[in-house]
Amino acid sequence: MMNPRNPASRIVTGLPLVALLAAFGCGGGDQSGRPGGGTGTGSGAGKPDARARKVVIQNIGSDTMVNVAQEWSAEYKKVAPNVSVEVGGGGSGVGIKSLMDGLTDIANASRDMKASEKELARKNTGKDPVETIVGYDAIGIYVHKDNPLTEISAEDLAGIYGEAKAITKWSQLGVTIPGGRDEIVVVSRQNSSGTYAFFREHILKNKDFRMGMQSMSGSKDVVDLVSKTPGAIGYSGMGYKTDEVKFVNVSARKGEKAYGPSIGTVRDKTYPLARSLNMYTLGAPQGEVQKYIAWVLSADGQKIVEKAGYVPIEAGK
Amino acid sequence: MISLLKIMLLLALVAGVLYLMYLIYRYCERTMVTLIHICGVSAIVFVFGIFFFIFREGAPFLLKDFDFGGFFLSDKWYPTSEENPRFGILALVAGTGSVTVLAMLFAVPFGLGTAVFISEFCGRKTKEALKILVEFLAAVPSVVWGFIGMMVMNPLIIKLADAPVGLNVLNAGIVVGLMAVPVIVSIAEDAIRAVPDEYRAAAEALGATRWQVVRKVIFPAAKSGLLAAVLLGVGRAVGETMAVLMATGQSINIPFDGNAPFFHPLQSVQTLTATIAAELGEAPSGGHHYQALFTLGIVLFAITFAINLVADLIVKGIRKGK
Repeated sequence: MMNPRNPASRIVTGLPLVALLAAFGCGGGDQSGRPGGGTGTGSGAGKPDARARKVVIQNIGSDTMVNVAQEWSAEYKKVAPNVSVEVGGGGSGVGIKSLMDGLTDIANASRDMKASEKELARKNTGKDPVETIVGYDAIGIYVHKDNPLTEISAEDLAGIYGEAKAITKWSQLGVTIPGGRDEIVVVSRQNSSGTYAFFREHILKNKDFRMGMQSMSGSKDVVDLVSKTPGAIGYSGMGYKTDEVKFVNVSARKGEKAYGPSIGTVRDKTYPLARSLNMYTLGAPQGEVQKYIAWVLSADGQKIVEKAGYVPIEAGK
Repeated sequence: MISLLKIMLLLALVAGVLYLMYLIYRYCERTMVTLIHICGVSAIVFVFGIFFFIFREGAPFLLKDFDFGGFFLSDKWYPTSEENPRFGILALVAGTGSVTVLAMLFAVPFGLGTAVFISEFCGRKTKEALKILVEFLAAVPSVVWGFIGMMVMNPLIIKLADAPVGLNVLNAGIVVGLMAVPVIVSIAEDAIRAVPDEYRAAAEALGATRWQVVRKVIFPAAKSGLLAAVLLGVGRAVGETMAVLMATGQSINIPFDGNAPFFHPLQSVQTLTATIAAELGEAPSGGHHYQALFTLGIVLFAITFAINLVADLIVKGIRKGK
């Protein structure tokens, strides 16, 4: 149209649009605040008036623990039908980060919280994170089922994974892979994973990993890749074992006896790569969260730990 | 209080919508013009908004700890190291570069060939069927492509190429190449179709064969469109994340060296995009690692910006030359 446009009328037409946008903006902000509110009901569920209401407990964190956490959540529904435990993975770091930001009631972590993280959590929320050990895991050293290797020392593992690349061939370990590939395919985790940090601390003594590893983004991915690659070695939670891969026994030092990951060797710490599985809460757990963690520690809860391939805590501890 | 605020907001919303409808009815023309203005301007706002956001998150790293040599010229990417964190992105850039180059080696001949066949050589029915199939190819989600790379191509490459591991540049190159094909085909086909039929008729009247027509008439005439198609394919390959995360093997490694044949497609690599995707989730916000990942985002942004700029300049140059 050829209408002359006068600026004043344009402003008038523009105004309601601005109002509209503002309304949308505020509405959105209000909604995004809601999940936090839901979490609040979970934490504050200890109050007597919350008895009949539906309670949601947020439980985010470790990839290693996500399967067992989901089992717990499903089983707990039968014990306490009004409580729903929402489980999320992402990694120990994600769980701890969410705990600091007040986005989760319980953070699962397959590593211990660092001092700096505890400090940050205290600064952000004014509460101290409290640790509850809910089970044990061992990091298994996985190889392809056709690999003749049966045991390895921690030093040799450091040689394979360390930055110096001291060991790159299977023949250096006195092993011949069926199919004739001599190069070791080194399978690892992405550098922000809790399992990665644990392996670095206990095998590499906090020195750096080598370059050119296959950095997988999940515990299961490591085992998947090893199961498809005859010349591969990888580390991952012991619960991820399949028939396509096998564990290699690990000795703490060259010449010492090597042990495979099992309930006995993890509990008496003869297996060198055992670790605790932790749940962190802000302050001592209270109300429904406390009840849930108590149930996780009970015989019923610990049965699920064992079924998932991990090591339950010893009764009475 | 909150519920009162909500009700007020809802009322404001309803009033706003009603007022808007009234205005559209009353001043239809002007309202639509304003709306279209806002849509047009929004693209600029979004681009600058994204750039501002990425830059704001990455800036502390860029301003404080940035070391040009250690960042661009080192392949040591140890953002979470306990004793010595290092942030060298050379291997990540090499990863993105190698996957993109290999993908284009597959996608450009394949994509342009398909476009030429669809628009010049096949009958109408085949043409329609092929176009639908190519569009179908474009609709396959990238995670499915990654799955194919991981589950189908991985064992195949180990078996056929005798590689120690099948997740590598070759795998990702083929997967990303196939992903870029539909982009290249649809734009190249448009460009070829835009060449006037008189050109073809004239060439054929002079006794040219169909291949000669394609090579000597269609290609030169559609030059800028074909180039745009290829560069958009490159953009797709550089920006692809999920499929490369699953198919490259995620290994910080430069697949080039001094030994013949200089480029080793059977080695695993890690791209810029996949690094951000794999590591950002667990990087504590505000920490060094987090900021370094956003700096990677700035680098990625700069690369795609440069590709688009070059494409624009070339296309403009060709137009001027005509």
